[in-house]
Amino acid sequence: MTGFGRLTRTEWTKFRTVRGRLAAMLVAGGVILGLALSPMSGTCTRDTCGQPVGPEGEQVRDSFYFLHQPLTGDGAITARLTSMTGLLPPEPGSASEDDERAAIGPGGSGGMRPGLVPWAKAGLIVKDGTGQGTTYAAVMATGGHGVRMQHDYVHDRAGQPGAVSDTAPRWLRLTRDGDTITGEESTDGVIWTTVGAAELDGLPATVRIGLFVTSPQHVEALGAAGSASAPTVAAATFDAITRTGAGAGPGWSGEAIGEPPGTPEQERGRHEPAGDGFVLTGSGDIAPAVAGAAGLGVSVTQTLAGTFAGLVLVVVVGTVFMTGEYRRGMIRTTLAASPRRGRMLLAKAVVVGGVTFVVGLVSAAAAVTIGRESLLDNGVYVLPVSTPTAWRMIVGTGALLAVAAVLALGIGAMLRRSAGAITAVIVLTVLPYLLALTVLPATAGQWLLRVTPAAAFAVQQSAKQYAQVENLYTPAGGYFPLPWWAGFAVLCLWAGAALAGAGVLLRRRDA
Amino acid sequence: MTGVLRSEWTKFRSAPGAVWLLVAVVAVTVAGGAATAATLRCPSTGCTGDPAEISLTGIQLSQAVVAIVAALMVGGEYRTNMIHTTLAATPQRIRMLIAKTAVVAGVVALAGAVAVPAGVLVGRPMLADRGLTLALSDAAVQRAAFGSVLYLVLIALLTVGVAVIARDAAAAIGVVLSLLYVFAILAQMVPDAELRENLREIAPMTAGLAIQATVDLASLPVSPWRGLAVLAAWAFGSLVVGGVLLKARDA
Repeated sequence: MTGFGRLTRTEWTKFRTVRGRLAAMLVAGGVILGLALSPMSGTCTRDTCGQPVGPEGEQVRDSFYFLHQPLTGDGAITARLTSMTGLLPPEPGSASEDDERAAIGPGGSGGMRPGLVPWAKAGLIVKDGTGQGTTYAAVMATGGHGVRMQHDYVHDRAGQPGAVSDTAPRWLRLTRDGDTITGEESTDGVIWTTVGAAELDGLPATVRIGLFVTSPQHVEALGAAGSASAPTVAAATFDAITRTGAGAGPGWSGEAIGEPPGTPEQERGRHEPAGDGFVLTGSGDIAPAVAGAAGLGVSVTQTLAGTFAGLVLVVVVGTVFMTGEYRRGMIRTTLAASPRRGRMLLAKAVVVGGVTFVVGLVSAAAAVTIGRESLLDNGVYVLPVSTPTAWRMIVGTGALLAVAAVLALGIGAMLRRSAGAITAVIVLTVLPYLLALTVLPATAGQWLLRVTPAAAFAVQQSAKQYAQVENLYTPAGGYFPLPWWAGFAVLCLWAGAALAGAGVLLRRRDA
Repeated sequence: MTGVLRSEWTKFRSAPGAVWLLVAVVAVTVAGGAATAATLRCPSTGCTGDPAEISLTGIQLSQAVVAIVAALMVGGEYRTNMIHTTLAATPQRIRMLIAKTAVVAGVVALAGAVAVPAGVLVGRPMLADRGLTLALSDAAVQRAAFGSVLYLVLIALLTVGVAVIARDAAAAIGVVLSLLYVFAILAQMVPDAELRENLREIAPMTAGLAIQATVDLASLPVSPWRGLAVLAAWAFGSLVVGGVLLKARDA
């Protein structure tokens, strides 16, 4: 056995023979698992509440008002958009939630105020039938993001900026050529620019082509922690509509795709003739589904809530593994047996990190699996995650706890007193998350989650962030300012610095 | 009793770093509030935050330092086995606990009485720059300030109780910070609104810090004084259990 191997074995013996240390690790695992079983309940069954699945396998939102005709083979549609208006939910604070609900009824404006959300969409679309979640490509004007070409829910390309109005109309054209759909825009109907082209694999010969309008949820932060979301409505005026290709004709059929039953009158999708064109009104979104304020259901991250409680225990064990040596004077024996102090520290880090990683990995795997099943059984909709993401969360949680234990070990070795060291590590790892979740303004909270070791909780982010979906991408909704690997790297830097500092101090100081 | 008090006071002031921890309580309270006020970014419609709460955000950090002070006061005795000497000198164990609690409460109240007004006075001009008025003559602001000092004292009492139960500073710190921070995070993470409010009503930190609210009191999970009473119940409960165990157990 090599010298370092023997040293590691010595430290492992010290770790496992202290009563309570292994027990604390087991309790940490148990707490992580126990808190995965949330007392939440809902009204979903496993089949309802689910959202349509898009062509690329992700959950999507697919509801809009669609005025369509069939198109067989190649062909195109051109139209001019001369206005886009909309209704937003009532100002927060103007009435209580219940009053708002009561006020929205047939006829009345329901307290809604005029306005357009930035991602309200109106334009042309080619879609494989009228079912939700099918493949599509669309060129559109938006409320605040100019002209866009989007396809298959997750792909988004920007065209020219600017809003649509009477004085600044937008001409849009969508052309099908085989599996390729090309979107073009123009301000005068003469000079055309291509916004983008989409390859829709396996698009059948006959598809639906036409006009669409939709308008996503309006989300608003209420104070530091709360949020509110409510439906919005958009209306757009189309004229100068021309069609080419088989299936063109004077008849159009209108359909509110994905409209939930019981939608209030004014939020319902509809179309009315206007001049030689139509006014379309619609609500919803054609976009990837997100968790949090703008989404439905909870993310799998919820099942790992117990990590915080487990983390505190792990930090206590990691710190005491070092400070305990000083408390009993054991450190003198330890250093006599292993005069190379840096290696002793490293061996301790390997032992405490290794044990924590195993405990964290097993309990996180169990928490995600059991917690998810329990939420589904209780009728709570859980946003699905891909298998690689789930494994990243599970392995990441184990690694997060392990590196935090090493950080605690390092700070314990520097301070040599457990109370101060434990507090320092908990304040660094747990408190930033709490502050970002509660009192801090969003910018300050995000900044804290970039620079403190708490950044590593990004490994638990399960929901993807999309630029084309307006949402509150905050820690409360399960979103972190850094990507998971960068957040984890921040924690590793802290732990590395603490170990290095501890190594230097150990060598310099008398034990 | 005077003798017991004096001996506890001597133990406190002669412990290494004790005074520095109290200085840290003040520094952290002021720095935390100032940092929060400095990073405040308001929408064009104006700031909507609670000025008292923002200037006293540092309490959320300094309560951890207060917990160290209290945990070391008890845990230090067990660490060095000084507890045997202490109990030999004061066989009435409850009296010893009361004296210890009184000394901790006194020094934390003193540190809080410096830290809270300092935090308010530092935060006030920074908030005024952002259009938030912190009126010192406002009864609600005075309640928030006075209550914040009481909050720190109650955190100290809670920690003394937990430390007597745990007989170890490290374990006590772990338990207290879990009760404060982890409980608050878990309560916040519950997506169910009703359950979330119920948990925030009984969590020692979220309930206790209701004392800092000066605007929009209706949106609080619990009213300011009732919230502080919830924390007081936690502190009292831990001291009673600690006292019972102290009497029943061998030191």
